[in-house]
Amino acid sequence: MRGAPLSFAPTTDWKSPMASTNPGPAAPPKQAAVRPAVSLRGAGLSFGTRTLWQGLDVDIMPGEFLAVLGPNGSGKTSLLKVLLGLQALDEGTALLDGRPVARGSRALGYIPQQKSFPPETPLRARDLVGLGVDGHRWGVRWRTQGYTERVDALLEDVGARSYADTPVGLLSGGEQQRLRAAQALAADPAVLLCDEPLLSLDLHHQQAVSALINRQSHERNSAVVFVTHEINPVIDYVDRVLYLADGRFRVGAPSEVMTSEVLSDLYRSPVEVLESNGRIVVVGLPDATTHHHEVV
Amino acid sequence: MDFQEALAAVFTFDNYAELLPLVRNSLLAGAVLGLLGGLIGVFVMMRDLAFAVHGIAELSFAGAAFALLVGANVVAGSLVGSVLAALVLGLMGIRARDRNSIIGVVMPFGLGLGILFLSLYEGRAANKFGLLTGQIVSVDDVQLGLLVGSAVVVIVVLAAIWRPLTFASADADLAEARGVPVRGLSILFMVLLGVAVALSIQVVGALLVLSLLITPAAAALKLTAAPGRVVVLSVAFACVSVVGGILLALGGRVPISPYVTTISFAIYLACRLIASRRVTGTAGRRTVSASARGSGVSPTPST
Ligand SMILES: Nc1ncnc2c1ncn2[C@@H]1O[C@H](COP(=O)(O)OP(=O)(O)OP(=O)(O)O)[C@@H](O)[C@H]1O
Ligand SMILES: [Mg+2]
Repeated sequence: MRGAPLSFAPTTDWKSPMASTNPGPAAPPKQAAVRPAVSLRGAGLSFGTRTLWQGLDVDIMPGEFLAVLGPNGSGKTSLLKVLLGLQALDEGTALLDGRPVARGSRALGYIPQQKSFPPETPLRARDLVGLGVDGHRWGVRWRTQGYTERVDALLEDVGARSYADTPVGLLSGGEQQRLRAAQALAADPAVLLCDEPLLSLDLHHQQAVSALINRQSHERNSAVVFVTHEINPVIDYVDRVLYLADGRFRVGAPSEVMTSEVLSDLYRSPVEVLESNGRIVVVGLPDATTHHHEVV
Repeated sequence: MDFQEALAAVFTFDNYAELLPLVRNSLLAGAVLGLLGGLIGVFVMMRDLAFAVHGIAELSFAGAAFALLVGANVVAGSLVGSVLAALVLGLMGIRARDRNSIIGVVMPFGLGLGILFLSLYEGRAANKFGLLTGQIVSVDDVQLGLLVGSAVVVIVVLAAIWRPLTFASADADLAEARGVPVRGLSILFMVLLGVAVALSIQVVGALLVLSLLITPAAAALKLTAAPGRVVVLSVAFACVSVVGGILLALGGRVPISPYVTTISFAIYLACRLIASRRVTGTAGRRTVSASARGSGVSPTPST
């Protein structure tokens, strides 16, 4: 199903003992069924004298939805850049499916932090999504049958059918953002990296896009790293939270991390976390917590 | 020279039927270069390389002038100059801002060198002038073979990298994330561009290369954003400009580049006009048809 080189199919049905099918004593014991899609060990990143985070140990399993939170400049985008292979770690290791990250990979889907296209880009909405389907292949596209159907289905998923043939440069920020989501999902990636994918989406489309990403994670078994400032739109989908602040971090289930004690400790100042109707409200965040920019 | 004479110099169609077979090779070369320019131009626009094309052309001119001076093959000199320039740009300036300042620094240097070489050259003046303004008047079979051969190679390579290059040009970060070799493609494209510039110089000269590599694609982009249509229109515009230019220039005493650039400019203007009508079209359809009815004039542009 997945054209990607990474394979996350369990090598063993670990619920049933292997003994019955085991050909002989020479066969080595098989490894644990599922290995992490993403594995960070002692990872640290600094720019100049400023440490964004260090000692980061996180494993993200296939099918897991990890939300990354933290104030501006805490290094969320930089973390994604590390996984994309576009930013080298200063210490520690980053593995994708057990292998060191390379500069880009077919197994990755990526929704970048919002940016827009120049007005005269010669692409329509459908062509942009199409690049996610087969933009990495060599040559010119000849057969368009399956391609068109796939693109139409993806456009439908993000509610973009009505502007399928509009030039991307003329679309609104939110409309472009939805195309980014469709484009990233197009290749059915084993690891999906989302950098504030809900930014500038209206409430309806926030729900639609997060539900879509949730399906990719929990039904299609992708590991999702979801950077966001707003956890509430995805609170029902999140398996774990990675909270970055002030050069430190905390990982765990939302109920463990999103508490007054943990956040107060991370921010080193009193922060209150309130819950109402399943929504989480954080009160008393200090401003510009992690901005220790050198004064020039 | 009075106006009548000037007109005769620009438009003469005496003996047209006899002249036509003589330029068969030029026409063929022109059509192939139009195809090449139209295709490359789409990526030049997408990658915002218009200024780079200009810079490469000046260095190509320097290379050609040097070849002329030392008695080497002018096309080869032009090729060496432009591919070198394109490679330097591809390796050095990845971001558009850096690139533009590098071009701004290197371009006058190249042009200065070219002028130096030309002034040292003591051969026919027409050869000198041709480098700057184009010289595709008499293309012999060997030249035609070389030109068409190089153009075909560039087109084939371009076709082979078409999709990933589109991806990388539209959104380099995303393409890189998906494992597309963005940097390699960028350098390869610069080499293709260098060759295309050197070939185009043979038709329109170093100063007017933009009319072949930019204007047709820019005009096409005014009309549509559908990638397939952009390519077809851009190629059509470029071919019409070159072939039309050669046909018009046939009888006159003027080099062909003014014809080529004028046709290509006229096409661009027409496309702009159509585009501006279309933008107001949806919102102001009622007003347009109302005024058309009122004045009894059809709203289609009469170009
Ligand atoms: N290549 C770089 N060189 C120097 N500093 C950098 C570089 N990349 C990022 N930084 C700095 O690292 C810090 C973290 O940046 P990053 O983009 O990861 O933040 P973020 O958590 O995504 O913030 P936001 O919520 O605003 O998106 C910023 O202060 C930024 O200036
Ligand atoms: Mg960010």
